Amino acid sequence: MTALLAYTVFGLVTGGAYAVVAGGLVLTYSTSKVFNVGHGAIGMVMAFLYWELAENRGLPQWLALLLVVGVCAPLFGLVIERFVMRRLAGAPVGITLVAGVGVLVGLIGAAQVIWPPQARPVRPFLDQYGVHIGQSYVSGHDLVTLACAVLVAGGLYVLLNRTRTGLAMRACVDAPELAALYGTRPHRLSALSWAIGSALAALGGILLTPVVQLDYVTMTLLVITAYTAALVGRLRSLPWTFVGALGLGLVQSYAVAYLPSSPFWIAFRAAIPALLLFVVLLAMPQSPLRIGGVRGQRGVAVPNALTTGVGAALFLGVAVVLALLVDSVVAGQLALGLVFGIVLLSMVLLTGYGGVVSLGQFTFVGVGAVTVARLGGSPWTLVVGALVSAAIGAVIALTALRVSGLYLALATLGFAQLMDKLVLQSPIAFGVRGSLQVPRLFESAAAQLVLAAVVFALVGAAVLAIRRGRLGRRMIAVKDSSAACATLGLNVRWIRVWVFSLSAAIAGLAGGLFAQLRETVAASDFQLFNNLPLLLFAVIAGVTSVSGALLGGVLLMLLPVLQSGFPAFAGAAVVLLGVAAAGLARDPNGLMSWVFRAWSWRRA
Amino acid sequence: MSTLRVEGVTVRFGEVTAVDDVTLSVDVGVTGLIGPNGAGKTTLFDVISGLRKPTAGRVLLDDADITSWGPHQRSRRGVARTFQRLEVFGSLTVWENVVVALESRRRSARLAAELLERVGIAEFSDNQADTVPTGAARLLELARALATDPSLLLLDEPSSGLDRAETDAFGALLQELVAEGRAVVLVEHDMDLVMNYCDRVHVLNLGSLLTSGTPAEIREHAGVREAYLG
Repeated sequence: MTALLAYTVFGLVTGGAYAVVAGGLVLTYSTSKVFNVGHGAIGMVMAFLYWELAENRGLPQWLALLLVVGVCAPLFGLVIERFVMRRLAGAPVGITLVAGVGVLVGLIGAAQVIWPPQARPVRPFLDQYGVHIGQSYVSGHDLVTLACAVLVAGGLYVLLNRTRTGLAMRACVDAPELAALYGTRPHRLSALSWAIGSALAALGGILLTPVVQLDYVTMTLLVITAYTAALVGRLRSLPWTFVGALGLGLVQSYAVAYLPSSPFWIAFRAAIPALLLFVVLLAMPQSPLRIGGVRGQRGVAVPNALTTGVGAALFLGVAVVLALLVDSVVAGQLALGLVFGIVLLSMVLLTGYGGVVSLGQFTFVGVGAVTVARLGGSPWTLVVGALVSAAIGAVIALTALRVSGLYLALATLGFAQLMDKLVLQSPIAFGVRGSLQVPRLFESAAAQLVLAAVVFALVGAAVLAIRRGRLGRRMIAVKDSSAACATLGLNVRWIRVWVFSLSAAIAGLAGGLFAQLRETVAASDFQLFNNLPLLLFAVIAGVTSVSGALLGGVLLMLLPVLQSGFPAFAGAAVVLLGVAAAGLARDPNGLMSWVFRAWSWRRA
Repeated sequence: MSTLRVEGVTVRFGEVTAVDDVTLSVDVGVTGLIGPNGAGKTTLFDVISGLRKPTAGRVLLDDADITSWGPHQRSRRGVARTFQRLEVFGSLTVWENVVVALESRRRSARLAAELLERVGIAEFSDNQADTVPTGAARLLELARALATDPSLLLLDEPSSGLDRAETDAFGALLQELVAEGRAVVLVEHDMDLVMNYCDRVHVLNLGSLLTSGTPAEIREHAGVREAYLG
């Protein structure tokens, strides 16, 4: 009984910190209509900054806290709002998401440059004042956390319901133009909400450091936890968000207490937020079909069958010549770039044409890789890998496609975390040692390059054929107006499931190629976090064209090469990547469309 | 021969009742559905086409209760509609827009040119659909709806954006569609069009059915004038 009480208190404390983070998320989302995927990353950077001031520079804890939460975090929120998000006002969800992922990746890069990996203990607050409740001990830090949660809850309530500013904030969500007519300034309010949101992310992050440790990725992924809590409140209601956050804290605490401590169950605990995310999604009503406000998208011109054939032949010719000329290290790298290119082709289909942003595409690569690694070396295993991926993609699609847009993208992130923690990192996937040997289909690097080029050419041609054909028209129609599609007799849901699983199949195929090219694959190759640079490169290079996928694949291959060649530049490269994506998010046609434009201008 | 019956349909959005216990039926011919802004016309279309579940009431098509059917199932049973706020597939060309609809019915893509010719926007075939003028986009939605060969066609303010000559051509097209045995429901603010082409008119006001009758009866109805003039 006392144990239950202790775990309940502990759960409420963790939940309270989650509530602070989630409250900030809901506030920025509900006043600026931009979902800040980088919310957790802001908390992470600010927690590091707090460590710097309080532990490294020896400032008093209260002063460090005040400086970080009261000054640095709000300023940072203002900068992000002003230079990234404001330019994206009214943009489709996919674009704001990509910009947010850009901010996230850039912040992780920056943190790694400024604070290289090492153990960074952070002293808890008011450690000398604890209280005993029965036989369990509640530390001073826990009391501070609970007090902060209560203060934040009260403060946000008063701000939104009892002040003119809060009223104006709520008005701006519904109709910023109208609110502006009545003398409010939407920009200023949106800036204010970002400042408060960042401060809350910072506060939550700092409060959680004794629990989760200072770590780049773990704290960044707090956004999934916060998002799950926010979903309970439908991303709008603050009280329900707080209920959700406390519930999550309790569930996690009880899981620690009462689940067995075998490796599987330890992994299971880490996956609880993602698991609950799916539970909440399943409980949500099917999103209504959106009506109104259809804007078309201008893609790059789609080549006809003849041009595709000529292009593919030229491409293969170049690949063969390269395979004959370059040494085996370079050939192996180029083959890897093409394999990444095939992954990006899966995103051309799903994101470029279908308009669905997936944050879990690399996970399907992992599924394909595991399948091939387990079944061993025959070309058919590549096909099996693709089929297994497609099947898993279909299952996920059936669950997650109940919702659309933002909800869907974040569900794919949850899915990626779930697969990462429960499947890819468990012995089921890569065995007890966590890595598997894979026999190569072709021994020489040159042959690998040609193999990758052939598969890229075939998949690229197939993607273009799909775009020109019936399925391509349908998926674009579904993206533009699912309501109109439904009234024309199309089963919107099946089209989406079909596209999602087709795209998963392509990613799985790439995963098989990846596994046999690398010869050794491990769970760490397919971490959740690898999904994010993938999305950024897709958007930077151009997610609407096959040539964009090629360029993106090569860039993705070059990133680690550059980083190991210039270690000083390693973190900066990641920062640059984030900044480029945040800047280029506006145009999903990416760098490749500039090339096409230059080309058509020259001919004109 | 197609008949639509709406029985006691009510739609509430929170506190607001957008459609309040409306019962009406529609037969082959042109049926007008008029009323001031906010009367619930478009919401009623959403209920009939399956995009919105009514809070209460039933929708019957040829005596079959289709209230629980999804929009795509209703479309396969012959219901088609256009939208007041345009819902063309903006990323596709005008021609592709119609082809998507034809393919959904497993009809030949060759019919697309014919349909575009019929509604009078063949000249825009190769244009991206979000670049054509509003009037043409409305006619495109009509062509797209016709591509499913509907027996019940719901048109939401089809004539706004059309000039006088185009409106006359549109009226003639309406008569052709009726001659082919289709039922057409017309939500329209152009009273000349309603009075000249409708066989029967239903008037909605503040979500309720105010009255039904022939155009001549509606013209004489005192309540209708009041609803419009306030």
